[in-house]
Amino acid sequence: MSPGSPQNLADAHPEPAFTVTLDGREIVAVPGQTVAAALWSAGVTSWRTTRVGATPRGVFCGIGVCYDCLVTVNDRPNQRACLVPLHPGDAIRTQEGTGHDD
Amino acid sequence: MTERPHLAVIGAGPAGLAATVAAAAHGVRVTLLDSAARAGGQFYRQPAAELNARRPQALHHQWRTWERLRDSLARHVDAGHATHLTDHHVWFVERRSDHFTVHALVGPAQEDPVEVRADAVLLATGGYEKVLPFPGWTLPGVLTVGGAQAMLKGSLAVSGRTAVVAGTGPLLLPVSTGLAAAGVDVVALVESADPKAFLRRTRAFAAQPGKVAEGAQYAAQLLRHRVKLLTRHTVVEAHGDKRLEAVTVAALHTDGRVRPGTERRLACDTLAVGHGMLPHTDLAETLGCRLEGLHVHVDDEQRTDVPGVWAAGETTGIGGADLALAEGHIAGRSVAARLTGAVPDPRGWATAAKSRTRLREFSAALDSVYVPPACWTDLITDDTVVCRCEEVTGGAIRKAVTGLGAGDVRTVKLLTRAGMGWCQGRMCGPAVAGLAGCELTPSRRPFARPVPLGVLARAGEAEDDEHR
Repeated sequence: MSPGSPQNLADAHPEPAFTVTLDGREIVAVPGQTVAAALWSAGVTSWRTTRVGATPRGVFCGIGVCYDCLVTVNDRPNQRACLVPLHPGDAIRTQEGTGHDD
Repeated sequence: MTERPHLAVIGAGPAGLAATVAAAAHGVRVTLLDSAARAGGQFYRQPAAELNARRPQALHHQWRTWERLRDSLARHVDAGHATHLTDHHVWFVERRSDHFTVHALVGPAQEDPVEVRADAVLLATGGYEKVLPFPGWTLPGVLTVGGAQAMLKGSLAVSGRTAVVAGTGPLLLPVSTGLAAAGVDVVALVESADPKAFLRRTRAFAAQPGKVAEGAQYAAQLLRHRVKLLTRHTVVEAHGDKRLEAVTVAALHTDGRVRPGTERRLACDTLAVGHGMLPHTDLAETLGCRLEGLHVHVDDEQRTDVPGVWAAGETTGIGGADLALAEGHIAGRSVAARLTGAVPDPRGWATAAKSRTRLREFSAALDSVYVPPACWTDLITDDTVVCRCEEVTGGAIRKAVTGLGAGDVRTVKLLTRAGMGWCQGRMCGPAVAGLAGCELTPSRRPFARPVPLGVLARAGEAEDDEHR
């Protein structure tokens, strides 16, 4: 990580990174991070499209209040990405509409 | 030895922690319930344990206060006088004839019910951020100021490489400097407040020299990180196709209107935006506690008007962590006296009461200075999505108001579905009220969070069986 990174700032020594998948694609995640933080760190800002306008959404309130960051984790739809911690091998899937269509 | 009376504290932020420690030190057994994996709330949000952060204080303020609270909690837990239930999402507090039952959801999907019985309840449920809509605010890359801070403090992750921090309120400063210290290029801090307004409240601010010094430190850090400070400015639009690419900011007239011709575009991949805080009052409302405006009414001892229910921190009025600590301490002492049958002696918490008075005055002064631009409803175009969950536009809400005569948030909701989605109007409520031309009022949600129907059907069954 670069000198100005949050991990350097907090002198973090995270446990070894592991991989998870987003729609089958491998993403490296740092243990302890939420789904939203890991996806955002990997450059992904959106993981859902809305029911009506099919517009992309990602994290908004970041503390579990707005339900905008809903995502499917290990086949369970409508999980709040900003709250759910990641585990090795977790399968994240982007969610369309209600999350119950596929 | 007689068994200690039992207090359930809901929320492990500054208020809940201070209350737990004070009550446990004065003869009460405390169960502290919180939805997070670690204590701290939003203000003292801790990095996840697996990140092994050796210097988490680099992201925090008043770290020693946190250490004191954390260590005291640990001592009371070790002594068997306090239990800290993490990952417990409280959805309902039920008042029974001789006790309270706190209903929570646990487990990875928060579907497994847990019930905690207590003699008294202390609500320290905190607050959440208010964001007023503008075109483009639903684009990925736009998030709340608090959300950016939560990702930074909790996951040591930053949201993007180039950020604009905008809106109004004291939270914008630490988040701008925090993101900059963590390596984000913070292009600008866009604050709608007028610096002259601070001068008009000099006396209130001078009474809090510590806070003024804190403000000066932030100003120095902004300079050091070359963050451009644009006061009396607002974001008028966020641009991008599938994600945020830029924002347009503009200067404000003294009357709060946008000054035409001052618009300029700032390229960024992140916009952290917020317009102040709102208290979480759902649990208090279902208990029947009296509200005063949007917050829970409490007396000098932090008691609500429902016997056995205390409240402290942001839920009793937004005022920041220091005020929450003072209120939590007073609440904990009052609970301890009341539950052990002693006569409460306010002299025992005189220092906290004095801080409470000063900090309430200070936060009232801040409130009068940090105001969203007067033109904020004009920024909402007819095709701006206002209700993010149900995707209801500004145009649809205006039609309900002007065409169909809706004059309050509830009628707008019935006509348009605005506020009917997952977040239950928490995000769009202030905007809908603004567009309807009415005051924002408490929403009277039956439960504090979505609850599986099976859990709802079985809630309280075990206790009912006991009474049969």
